Amino acid sequence: MTALEKTWGYIPPRQSATFDAHSIAEIRRAAATGIYDIRGGGTKRKVPHFDDLLFLGASMSRYPLEGYRERCETSVVLGTRYAKKPLHLAIPVTIAGMSFGALSAQAKEALGRGASLAGTSTTTGDGGMTPEERGQSKALVYQYLPSRYGMNPDDLRKADAIEIVVGQGAKPGGGGMLLGQKISDRVAQMRSLPKGIDQRSACRHPDWTGADDLEIKILELRELTGWEKPIYLKIGASRPYYDVALAVKAGADVVVLDGMQGGTAATQDVFIEHVGIPILSAIRNAVQSLQDLGMHRKVQLVVSGGIRSGADVAKALALGADAVGIGTAALIALGDNDPRYEDEYRALGTTAGCYDDWQEGKDPAGITTQDPALSARLDPVLAGRRLANYLKVITLEAQTIARACGKSRLHNLEPEDLVALTIEAAAMTRLPLAGTSWIPGQ
Amino acid sequence: MDLSALSLRELNARLQALKVPTNETFWRVQNPNGAHAVAVGIDAPIDVEVAGHVGYFCGGMNKCARIVIHGNAGQGVGENMMSGLIHVKGDASQSAGATGHGGLLLIDGNAGARCGISMKGVDIVVKGDIGHLSAFMAQTGRLVAFGDAGDALGDSIYEAHIYVRGKVEGLGADCIEKELRDEHRAELFALIEQAGEAHKIDVSEFRRYGSARKLYNFNIDNAGAY
Amino acid sequence: MCGIAGLFIKSSRLRPELGALLSDMTSALCSRGPDSAGFALYTTSEPGRVKLTLTSVNGRRDFQTLGEILSRSLGAPILTTHRYTHSVFTVPEEEVAQCRAWIVENAQDIRVLSEGSNLEIYKEVGYPDDVARKFDIRSISGTHGIAHTRMATESAVTTTGAHPFSTGPDQCLVHNGSLSNHASLRRELRQDGIVPETENDTEVAAGYITRELRRGRALGDALKSSVNDLDGFFTFVVGTKNGFGVLRDPIACKPAVMAETDDYVAFASEYRSLTGLPGVANARVFEPKPATPYFWEH
Repeated sequence: MTALEKTWGYIPPRQSATFDAHSIAEIRRAAATGIYDIRGGGTKRKVPHFDDLLFLGASMSRYPLEGYRERCETSVVLGTRYAKKPLHLAIPVTIAGMSFGALSAQAKEALGRGASLAGTSTTTGDGGMTPEERGQSKALVYQYLPSRYGMNPDDLRKADAIEIVVGQGAKPGGGGMLLGQKISDRVAQMRSLPKGIDQRSACRHPDWTGADDLEIKILELRELTGWEKPIYLKIGASRPYYDVALAVKAGADVVVLDGMQGGTAATQDVFIEHVGIPILSAIRNAVQSLQDLGMHRKVQLVVSGGIRSGADVAKALALGADAVGIGTAALIALGDNDPRYEDEYRALGTTAGCYDDWQEGKDPAGITTQDPALSARLDPVLAGRRLANYLKVITLEAQTIARACGKSRLHNLEPEDLVALTIEAAAMTRLPLAGTSWIPGQ
Repeated sequence: MDLSALSLRELNARLQALKVPTNETFWRVQNPNGAHAVAVGIDAPIDVEVAGHVGYFCGGMNKCARIVIHGNAGQGVGENMMSGLIHVKGDASQSAGATGHGGLLLIDGNAGARCGISMKGVDIVVKGDIGHLSAFMAQTGRLVAFGDAGDALGDSIYEAHIYVRGKVEGLGADCIEKELRDEHRAELFALIEQAGEAHKIDVSEFRRYGSARKLYNFNIDNAGAY
Repeated sequence: MCGIAGLFIKSSRLRPELGALLSDMTSALCSRGPDSAGFALYTTSEPGRVKLTLTSVNGRRDFQTLGEILSRSLGAPILTTHRYTHSVFTVPEEEVAQCRAWIVENAQDIRVLSEGSNLEIYKEVGYPDDVARKFDIRSISGTHGIAHTRMATESAVTTTGAHPFSTGPDQCLVHNGSLSNHASLRRELRQDGIVPETENDTEVAAGYITRELRRGRALGDALKSSVNDLDGFFTFVVGTKNGFGVLRDPIACKPAVMAETDDYVAFASEYRSLTGLPGVANARVFEPKPATPYFWEH
C-alpha cells in the first residue's frame, strides 16, 4: 500500500468516457492492420426503437376480440398500383433481400422453405437467383441491384416481383463488398468475376441516376416482364419524406424502407453505426409522404430494420406500414449465433450472440459462409421449419395485440392505438407521451 | 410496325412473343422518335430494323436478336444484353452496353460516358470515340474503340480487355497499358471482322489496356486509388 | 430531378415560333417532371425600359389595378401585360429600383420572378402541358428560351420553387440533378448580398452564377468555376440577354443531348424532346462533354 492510499484509500484508475475501451481498441486495431473494421449485421449501439412505444389495449371505452377464436385477418396484397399480378401474402412479414454469396446455398434454400411454409415471400440479393432458392420459394422477389451480378431476363421473368435496390438501411449511399474469402467457384461464376478477389458492388446503378431516369428504367422493366410483376423500390432510411415521394413519382408499386438497424453482409463499421436513421424515426415521415400524395395503401410500404417480435410487427403496421421485412431475425431463426457452437465462436474471438464477422466466411452455423463443410451443417429442411415456426409465432403475437385493441384485421391498427414511453420516441413518431396528450413539437 | 400508331406495349409484346422457330424473322419499327425501351427482352433470332433515333434502353436484355438502329441511341442501349447483335448506325449516349453479358454491340458513331460500364462478357466495338469512365468496373468481355477514349478509362477494371486506336485522355484507377501480343491481335482482328471492317484497319495501330490487379484485394497502401 | 429544354434561334424567320417550338419540346418531358413547369423567354425589348415578371404567392391577383396604383405612386408610366397567374410590368429603366422597393413595401404577396430588358419567366405548379397551355406559351416569339419540368427532390412544390430561377438582370438558370453543398453555399451567398428566396438548390446555383458575373467574370468563366464550387450532380442550362450556355458536372450522370442546324441550337434532356424541331433529321446531334462549358451568343 502506498503512502497516498494509506491516507486517502484506494483511488481507482479513471477511464475516459470519450476514449472508452472500445474506441481505444479500434484505434489500436486500425494502426496495427491498416484497414477499417468491416463486419456484418446492423447497428449495435442503442437507438430509439419500437420498445419505446406501447399499445393502448381495449378496456371500457373499446371492446377487445377473443384471442384464438375471433378472426383477425393478417393477409396483405403488395403491388396493387400497376402490376397485373400483385403479390398475395398470408402474413405481413416478408424475408428481406440477402445474397447467395453472403449466405450459403443451404441458407438461401432454408429461407425459401420457411417463407413458403408461412405463406410469405423471400428475396434474392446481390449475386443472382439460385435454382435452390427459386425452387423452394412460392413467392420470390428478385433484387435489381447496381452490380447486376447474374442478372438475366429469364430469371427476371421467373420472379414474382422485382425490387430495385437504391440503398439499404445499414449503409444508405453506400455500395457493397464481398471479400475474397467468400468467393467460391460457384459465387465467382455467377458474378462473372475471378475467384478469390474482393467484389465491389457500386452505390449507383450503371445506367440511370435519379428519379427522372428511374421512371424510364421502371418502364423498361415493366416492358420486359409484360407489366405483370410488382416493382418494389428499396431505400435506406435517411430522408424518407422526400425519398418516398420520389419513389412514388418514379412509378414504384411498393416502397421498401430499411432502417439503420437493418443488417448487411459486410460493410465498414463506421457506415453501419453512423449513417442512416432508426426505422422508428422514419416510418411516420414515409407514411406522411404517401398520404400527402394520396397514395397511402395504394403504394404499399414495407419497413425493415430491427424487427424481432410480433410487437414490433404490430407497431410498424400501426404507424402505417403495410408489411415488414426481416433479415437478421430470420438468420437467427435458421440458427445464426447458436450457443451450441460456443466453443467455435470462442475460437474466432467472439461469443454466441455477438458473432458479426459474416464477411470472413467462417460462420460456425453454416449460414454466412461458402465453406462446403460449414454450409453442410445447415439442414435446409429443418432450418426452414424453424423459420416458419418463428414467422407464425410473431404473426400470432401481432394478432394477440391487434385483438386486444379490438381489431379484426392487423391492418386496422392505427397510430392512435399507440403511445410513446420517451420524449424522443414521441417526437420521432408524433405520438403522445404515455399518460399525456403531449406530442413534442406540436 | 409504326410506333406512331402502335403502342410500345403492343410492339414489345409482339416481339417478345416470338419463339424459336418462327417464320416472322424480319421486323421494321417506324417512327421511334426517341421512344424508350424499344425492342427490349426479345428472345428469338430475328432481325429488327429501327428506322430512326431511339431513347433509353433500346434492345435491353436482348437474347439472340439482331437489332439495327438507323439513328442515335439514348442512354443504356443494349443494357444487360445476353447475346445477339445490336448495331447503332449513329451515336450512342452514356452507359452503352452497361452490364452486358454477351453478344456484340456495334456503334458506328461515338459512344458517350461510361460505355461498357460493369460489362460482364459482352463485346463492344465503337467506330468513333468513347466517353469518360468507359469500361468502369468492367468484368469480362472486350471493348474496342477506333477513335479516342475520354478520361478515367477502365477505372477499377477487372478482367475485361480494352483496345483503343486513338488517344486516351487518361487511365482510371488500376488500369494500365499492356503489351499487344499476337493472341490479342487475333482477338482484335476477329472483333473488327465481326464489325465488318476486316482488313480496313490495321490491328497493330491499337493499344491494349487492362487491369493492374492491384485493387483485387484491399491493401491500405492503395487507399489513394479509392 | 427534371427535364430541360432549351432553344437558341439563329435565324430570324423562326423567332415567331419560339414559344410553340419550346412548348412542343417541353411536352415530351412531362414524365420527367410532373410537379411543375417553367419557361424563360427572351422576347422583344424597348429601349430605356425594363421588364419585371411578377406573380403573387396568394395565386391570382388583380395586376391591372396594381399596375395603375404603382404607376401613380411612381409618377411614371408602367405597361402591364398579363398571362394566367403572372404579369409583366414594363418600367422605365431609372425607376426599376424604386419600383421593386415599392413592391416589397406595399405588395408583400408579390414576387419578382425576373428582371431584364428581354427576359420574361412563366412558371407554375401543375402538369407541364397544362402549365404551357394556361400561359399560352405558344403565342410568344423571341430569340431564345429555356424550359423546365420539375420532379421536386427536397424543396416544396410551389410556384416560386419552380424553375427557371433568375437572380440577376436577364439571367436565368434551370437545373437537372441534385446539389449536395447548397446549404453552405446559400449562407455564403447571403454574406455576399444575394439572398435566395426559396429552399431550392437550383436557386443557389443561379445565385452563384450571378455573384460571379457581378464580380466581373464572363459567363463561361463563371460556369467553369462552378464545377469546383458546386458539389453534386447537375446539368445546367443558363440564359443571358444574348446567349445560352450548357454545363454538366464532371461525372455527368444527368442526360443531355443537343442538336445544331444553321437555324438553331437546341438542348434537351432526351432526344424525343427534339423530334418536332424543323430539320432535326439533318441536324448535328451530340452530347455535351462533362465539365465543359458550352456557349452560344447572338
